Amino acid sequence: MENGSAVRRNMRTRRAKGRIFSVLFLACTMVGTLVLVVLLVDVLRDGARWFDWQFITSFPSRDPEKAGLLSALFGTVWVMALTALFAFPLGVGTAVYLEEYAPDTRLRRLIQTNINNLAGVPSIVYGLLGLSLFVQFLGLGRSVLAGALTLTLMSLPVIIIAAQEAIRSVPETHRLGAFALGAARWQVVRKIVLPSALPGILTGTILAMSRAIGEAAVLIAISALVYLTFIPTGPQDRFTVLPIQIYNWVSRPQDEFQHLAAAGIILLLIVLLGMNAAAIIVRNRYQKSSEE
Amino acid sequence: MANGTALEAKNLELWYGGFQALRDVSLAVPQKRITAIIGSSGCGKSSLLRCFNRMNDLIRGCKVKGEVSFAGKNIYAADADPTDIRFRIGMVFQKPNPFPKSIFDNVAFGPRVNGLTDNLEETVDRALHRAALWDEVKDRLHNSALELSGGQQQRLCIARALALEPEVILMDEPCSALDPQATLKVEDLMGVLAEDYTIVIVTHNMQQAARVSHMTAFMNMAEDRAGVLVEYGPTPQIFTTPKNKSTEDYVSGRFG
Repeated sequence: MENGSAVRRNMRTRRAKGRIFSVLFLACTMVGTLVLVVLLVDVLRDGARWFDWQFITSFPSRDPEKAGLLSALFGTVWVMALTALFAFPLGVGTAVYLEEYAPDTRLRRLIQTNINNLAGVPSIVYGLLGLSLFVQFLGLGRSVLAGALTLTLMSLPVIIIAAQEAIRSVPETHRLGAFALGAARWQVVRKIVLPSALPGILTGTILAMSRAIGEAAVLIAISALVYLTFIPTGPQDRFTVLPIQIYNWVSRPQDEFQHLAAAGIILLLIVLLGMNAAAIIVRNRYQKSSEE
Repeated sequence: MANGTALEAKNLELWYGGFQALRDVSLAVPQKRITAIIGSSGCGKSSLLRCFNRMNDLIRGCKVKGEVSFAGKNIYAADADPTDIRFRIGMVFQKPNPFPKSIFDNVAFGPRVNGLTDNLEETVDRALHRAALWDEVKDRLHNSALELSGGQQQRLCIARALALEPEVILMDEPCSALDPQATLKVEDLMGVLAEDYTIVIVTHNMQQAARVSHMTAFMNMAEDRAGVLVEYGPTPQIFTTPKNKSTEDYVSGRFG
């Protein structure tokens, strides 16, 4: 009986500890959430009044009343579209090779270690690499193409790692089942591995794209212009992007430009959410069709 | 027995890295009969089974020596194509492993990857009938295969293999994840299938081997040596008058 009461006492402290921990973890969650809410409220309060049709359809100007970010918006759309176009197939292809084809050699492990480290390289380094490789060496100039290729380099490690994890999570029994039916390796990859891994791959791609769209440091090195009074019409054109435009406004002393910056952030968030929504819709549609 | 030989292993040896899992195994599997491979865990019976359709090729560090002759050809010859061998020799796994696709697409997978898409619906219907699953799924062919019960999933996997009209079906402990009733259904099915197909089954369950098989191979780990084929013969003989002492101990439930 004495033993039993000891167990009960033990239960009381354990229950108390359980409650303390659940409050602690809730507090951790709240820190992040609250900061985000405060940020959103602050940005909306500063910028909502300035966020209008004129703001979206005007080119940058010295007069804050007339200034807008049409060129930056189009620049961002151009750069992101090209980045996704390059980074997605390259990243998925690399991941498929490393997971499904590459023999387990020292070379493979070396490549893997490199990719893991590249994911942690500061973005300004990619910017400088892009400047010397694409802008100068390959002679692409300070163009949309050079910017997109540089962002592709930056996004690739994240996409590759996410795609690898997604591919690894496909049960081995599914692969074996397909092999046992006489499927060749590319058929196993195409019909079994990729459909199951696609949701995870797309989630990783969304994350990488979200990082790229807000990236100013990389493109400052490529020198995306701020005062651009035309819309880029092709990959060879010069360009600017939203985060650089916002950065430029924030660094000005006048109050009005601070409000413009906040309005720019709102637009950036809308573009970001729009992109994510599109990716999620694609993902869900694919999930359904692969289950049919 | 009037039947010819479907598969024959000759002096088969197999290593996983430095570990030898099969030692000088030779046995002839008769056509249109059920051959059971029994033995304790780790004795190499699944390794032997996987040699018959070269699934061991997919395991890193696995090396095979010796021959397996199938339809008069060595499937380990340099010019033998493992894809073609797996097309002609079907396999059913320990745990039901339907693809996360519809019932129809699961059965159609084999014909599709092998380019046999003429009369696909007929092929799928026939395979499901043969696997005794048709009545249970005919109204929901386009629902996900993952909705089926474990026993139904396993029969779906059998149907998936049958859709390619293989000459041999290998079964790796096909009932170990199933309840007794589902097990009984799969066993009944094997009996019917043996009229048209050669079946090789690995099983932990000795009653199952005794119930369903015509031939039994007993494998053992003797003196830390895995992968020895101890005795092979007609099932009644193995279970009633085994020649080897360790076979007798195993089939009568005395180990060791």
